[in-house]
Amino acid sequence: MMNYFPDEVLEHVFDSIASHKDRNSVSLVCKSWYRIERYSRRRVFIGNCYSISPERLIARFPGLKSLTLKGKPHFADFNLVPYDWGGFVYPWIKALAESGIGLEELRLKRMVVSDESLELLSKSFANFKSLVLVSCEGFSADGLAAVAANCRFLRELDLQENEVDDHRGHWLSCFPESCTSLVSLNFACLKGEVNLGALERLVSRSPNLKSLRLNRLVPLDTLQKLLMRAPQLVDLGIGSYVHDPSSEASNKLKHAIQRCKSIVSLSGFLEVAPRCMSAIYPICGNLTTLNLSYAPGLHGNKLTKLIQHCRKLQRLWILDRIGDKGLGVVASTCKELQELRVFPSDPFGAGNDAVTEEGLVLVSAGCPKLNSLLYFCQQMTNAALITVARNCPNFIRFRLCILDPVKPDPVTNQPLDEGFGAIVQSCKRLKRLSLSGLLTDQVFLYIGMYAEQLEMLSIAFAADSDKGMLYVLNGCKKLRKLEIRDCPFGNSALLEDVGKYETMRSLWMSSCEVTLGGCKTVAEKMPSLNVEIINESDQTEFNLDEGQKVDKMYLYRTLVGHRKDAPESVWIL
Amino acid sequence: MAFEKDFNLDATELRLGLPGTSDEQASTTLRIGNKRALPDMNEDSSVAAAKKCDQETAPPTKAQVVGWPPIRSYRKNNLQTKKTEVETCGMYVKVSMDGAPYLRKIDLKMYKGYPELLKAMEDMFKFKVGKYSEREGYNGSEFVPTYEDKDGDWMLVGDVPWEMFVNSCKKLRIMKGSEARGLGCVV
Repeated sequence: MMNYFPDEVLEHVFDSIASHKDRNSVSLVCKSWYRIERYSRRRVFIGNCYSISPERLIARFPGLKSLTLKGKPHFADFNLVPYDWGGFVYPWIKALAESGIGLEELRLKRMVVSDESLELLSKSFANFKSLVLVSCEGFSADGLAAVAANCRFLRELDLQENEVDDHRGHWLSCFPESCTSLVSLNFACLKGEVNLGALERLVSRSPNLKSLRLNRLVPLDTLQKLLMRAPQLVDLGIGSYVHDPSSEASNKLKHAIQRCKSIVSLSGFLEVAPRCMSAIYPICGNLTTLNLSYAPGLHGNKLTKLIQHCRKLQRLWILDRIGDKGLGVVASTCKELQELRVFPSDPFGAGNDAVTEEGLVLVSAGCPKLNSLLYFCQQMTNAALITVARNCPNFIRFRLCILDPVKPDPVTNQPLDEGFGAIVQSCKRLKRLSLSGLLTDQVFLYIGMYAEQLEMLSIAFAADSDKGMLYVLNGCKKLRKLEIRDCPFGNSALLEDVGKYETMRSLWMSSCEVTLGGCKTVAEKMPSLNVEIINESDQTEFNLDEGQKVDKMYLYRTLVGHRKDAPESVWIL
Repeated sequence: MAFEKDFNLDATELRLGLPGTSDEQASTTLRIGNKRALPDMNEDSSVAAAKKCDQETAPPTKAQVVGWPPIRSYRKNNLQTKKTEVETCGMYVKVSMDGAPYLRKIDLKMYKGYPELLKAMEDMFKFKVGKYSEREGYNGSEFVPTYEDKDGDWMLVGDVPWEMFVNSCKKLRIMKGSEARGLGCVV
């Protein structure tokens, strides 16, 4: 019956299908659905930029408007990948520009973005609206100036945690007077000064501005003026927040903040004087998102007092300075909490300020809606994890990082197998898991048995033998990304089921027991995978010894074979 | 207490050895340490191995494993910047001595360690501290140097590593006589 519907009707039906997965499924039903789907597809997500080429993307989806691309492997965040490994966006922008595709939105993560790319981007797509760069590098304020100057209908410029080279601030002045379409502007990660007058004028002529995140160098009086001009803000990132609470400037600021009744998300405080936080209290009751993870100046009473005002909080990012007691305050105040991230304020210190298992247990007891966790702590116990698993069966993301990565349960001196086992058994919807602490093969047996929805697993300094890895590969049917470092997994585990890797996005193994020979075997058996060996030290014996242990291996499925842009330190087998 | 924690941290298999060893060497050490791969591997062995490392004496330097803890470089760089800012501003804390009419202020950043700090305090207030031992505190003087830490507790100067002390010391107080007795001073 469906065959007799005109294409437009099917298109209309497909329009309401938002998820990438569902649209992919739709395209597989039959030839005519494939055809209709591909012409009507507007948004594409590519989790590994080397899995497909821009040419093939353009050929299949000529109506593309929004593209999301991810480049470097996750462990690049922790300096485990050479800086020149790859992930260049330029070829994508060039191909899209030459194809006539009407790109409107580009979202990039862990990619190398040159000023040249940004300039080409800004000049090639008349309707370009939204640029989001997360953990990218390679560009300077000059590239941003091009985007500001040339993208006449720009709505969103969102720069999150990028390493930006240049420190000159003239880019803000490059937004023409005619640009009034801004909805979101985030330049918190920029280190340089911006033209404050230009910033004020820009905000004044942007009635739709909902999200504004400033960098450290925007002074208080400018902040106050911006807030007066944009009381409609929903999301605010304060750069510098140091003032004398008894001063006139402080009063004016208080008044300006109080006018912003729509703010539900607050972040920044890159510089902060704790006694000034009371000016924020009036808006705390509306906050659903609070990110204080870059504010080491906030701790103790001032911090807990602030949190006590935030009863509607759903997402909290904080430093471990908050302490277990502070987490207790979170537990008793933030009953709607869904996501908690606790970062270390002193990663290599002796951990005076850190949190322990106690804080986590308190939060799990007080916040039953908790479903996403990133927790850096001094120590963890099996008993605590078992309690947390019982209190919060809804975890979708559970990432635990014990600062000493092979630390056992300090009470029993046992590995943390049982604790994590309880988590995977209880949390049936768990999609992402990061392990740490002393762990044997046993925890992987549990993961293989119970973590049926698991898509991403991060392992470090764990396991006793190949069995650990095999339990996971055999048991976790939905596994997409597996990243392993410093574990005793070798060729037996790697080679047991090479077909499995085609069902996954990628596998990373570093400082394990796999050898060059083992990696070569994978490459030979699976032409649909790129098997990359990263060797940053002496490359002399590279070609010879099959028995040589491989320092870093990254393999991923791809439809387009070996990439041509790998540096010398990367060898594609 | 803190020293014990330090040992736990540094004396696990993850110690990269003495300062000056290369990262590569370090990772190898790590791997060998982590393997714990005795042929008859069982849980008890791994616990025993961990305990064994506890007993190994390691100098309490802050050894770092490449890429651990897993924090984005951006985040690490931005938090560390904050620390540097504090450093350049100096770290003045009040110093009081029981019985003295007014307080003084000193910049903790000026000193590289406890001996220098104590000498400066002795010069400033014209007194002498006793001999320090971990077991007994300061022996041989009625003056005992103490400090208030971030949690508001009064601690004996000298117990924790210098860096930790500098980061947690809010003010100094030279206790005298009977009050000092509680802190392990034996006159």
